[in-house]
Amino acid sequence: MSTNTQKQLVLILARAFASNLSTPTLLADERGYLVYYNEAAELAVGNRFAEVGEVPLDEWLDAFAPRTSTGEPLPREDRPTWTALHDRRPAHLRYTVTSADGVEREIEVSAFPIFAHADEFVGAIVLFWRRLPWLSA
Amino acid sequence: MKYGGNTSCVEVVLEGETALVLDAGTGIRPLGLELARRGTRHIHVFLTHLHLDHLEGLRFFAPLWDPGVTVEIWGPRSPVLSLRDRILRSFSPPLFPLDFRDIPARVRFHDLPAEPCEIDGLTVTSDRVLHPGATLGFRLERGGSTAAYLPDHEPALAGIDGVPLDWLSAGALARGADVLLHDAQYGDDEYSARIGWGHSSVADAVSYSDAVGADRLVLFHHDPQHSDGALEELEERARALTSANRTPPLLAREGTTLDV
Repeated sequence: MSTNTQKQLVLILARAFASNLSTPTLLADERGYLVYYNEAAELAVGNRFAEVGEVPLDEWLDAFAPRTSTGEPLPREDRPTWTALHDRRPAHLRYTVTSADGVEREIEVSAFPIFAHADEFVGAIVLFWRRLPWLSA
Repeated sequence: MKYGGNTSCVEVVLEGETALVLDAGTGIRPLGLELARRGTRHIHVFLTHLHLDHLEGLRFFAPLWDPGVTVEIWGPRSPVLSLRDRILRSFSPPLFPLDFRDIPARVRFHDLPAEPCEIDGLTVTSDRVLHPGATLGFRLERGGSTAAYLPDHEPALAGIDGVPLDWLSAGALARGADVLLHDAQYGDDEYSARIGWGHSSVADAVSYSDAVGADRLVLFHHDPQHSDGALEELEERARALTSANRTPPLLAREGTTLDV
């Protein structure tokens, strides 16, 4: 549930930016809560953000059973979102998820920490792509 | 000229002997003469941002030239330069014949946003707002009365209608304000050609005021190209858009006094 505290301006601008992208994009705030994902992400995820609401990002991602290329469960701390939110560094990874429709898909995820000032961490922006099967590794 | 002339400057009248000023547009020059006449010795100047129309009067602010005066300047922080150094750029040769070192008054600088501050019983809260560059809005509260000052603001860029209050630019600053001084520079046709310039249409100012539940909207930051007649048309437009259960919007005018 939203805490109804004023969102940081940079996060507001990131949401406006994401809402205009055709690339699936989600936003997390400095608490590590999922606070928004765009329409392209809704299509990929299978439900609207309004149906999900603000939830801890890691818990939400767990529902998609992220796995490594060898099929092992992907630990939270190995996810790009974790690196961006906890280590506050950008990260990129290719891994496998099971979407809401039950289909296994390989995705590429890029996560970037967002800072309003050098000492003011705001959250993270996460872009993801679904890898197309005919693309080579 | 009925409405305008000077650029943004608003005095918030306090009960004690301290003065509080919002922005240092050219309007601060006549205010400075008035404060000098009153013998005011302690002045707080809150700057929303450093665009020249909000800063250019500071060099001609009479109290700065009085060694018995203390001026506290509050403004948006920057990761690159201190507030003092950014202001000094326009307060020294070649842009001004004197150097800041020549100012006799005691001047102190404060970065914002910070925690809310109390000035003579008035709580001043600041936050960043949607406008190019580091720009602030202010919420002023005392004794259950609230005013919000958002002179340069383009909330429509991130959406207004249907946007939850916590996602609305400066939503917490303006929420439930008794008086909201808000950017209303453009008519609808004008705004469509100026999206992203940092200012609002009158229609968006009304929508924003509704969204935050402000009681009275004061249309602020008039376009210098607008005649008095054009401004009055914008005021009529704002009134036509405003719900009947709200106080009709008011066109800001030099010398206007608002009781909050």
